Amino acid sequence: MVQYTNPSLDTSFAALSDVTRRGVLEQLGRADASITELAERFHMSLTGMKKHVGVLEQAGLVITQKVGRVRTCKVGPHRLEEAAAWLEKYRQLWAGRFDELDRVIEELKQREKSDGRKKRE
Amino acid sequence: MDARKESEAKPMKNRTTVERKSDREIAVTRTFDAPARIVFEAWTKPDLFKRWWAPRSMGISLLSCEMDVRVGGGYRLVFGQGMEFFGKYLEVTPPSRLVWTNEEGGDGGPITTVTFEERGGKTLLVMRELYPSKEALDAAGTGAAEGMGELFGQLDELLVTLGANGGGA
Repeated sequence: MVQYTNPSLDTSFAALSDVTRRGVLEQLGRADASITELAERFHMSLTGMKKHVGVLEQAGLVITQKVGRVRTCKVGPHRLEEAAAWLEKYRQLWAGRFDELDRVIEELKQREKSDGRKKRE
Repeated sequence: MDARKESEAKPMKNRTTVERKSDREIAVTRTFDAPARIVFEAWTKPDLFKRWWAPRSMGISLLSCEMDVRVGGGYRLVFGQGMEFFGKYLEVTPPSRLVWTNEEGGDGGPITTVTFEERGGKTLLVMRELYPSKEALDAAGTGAAEGMGELFGQLDELLVTLGANGGGA
């Protein structure tokens, strides 16, 4: 089931489906880091970390820059955080409304039941 | 952090999901454990509507609610702090479909379409908001951005929602 028809959001969510990649993004949100530093921090091989960073980079969530022999990673320009935060806020508003609506509906169901009983009596 | 685990044991409510359908449309989906006529009634009777449209979590109370639920009829919701929402009904088809305008913001307001689809005594509700342009929808979301840490927390929750929903059911 495709939840997001926006292809860039699809790529972003795919990139974020992995717990390590989410950790990497959170880490980069605090400070830029080299791939070596990230690999150490997440107890991972350099090759493994390069792959993760590559996926994040493709999704536009991370940008990397090579200076000398060190590749530095930083949070990309992608607007995903804003989009996701807004969607989540919106969802929470509606979830709150619908939980209340459940209560109203439950009452209407009960009323209908007892009305039906009265009619039969 | 550890305190979070306890709250996971709460009984499951029906899930509310949000999808961005296109550049200018957003959809909210939820199932209710009642026939469509009952859910529809709760959307079209002001005294019932008033009880759930402004839940406590919204932090603002709905002072009055007038609804003339027929094609061309108007509605007006007045919240505390002088906030008003109003528009008119474009389609009223009990118990399966409601369409209304949102005119409080002038011309750029979205059109809201709510469909009630009954399946085995339950009702699948889909509410869509169609904006006149991508810019209008984006503008509705501007200002929602918050600090990074909180964002990723919310994102986790969102991904859990999306993941669980992707499994079907």
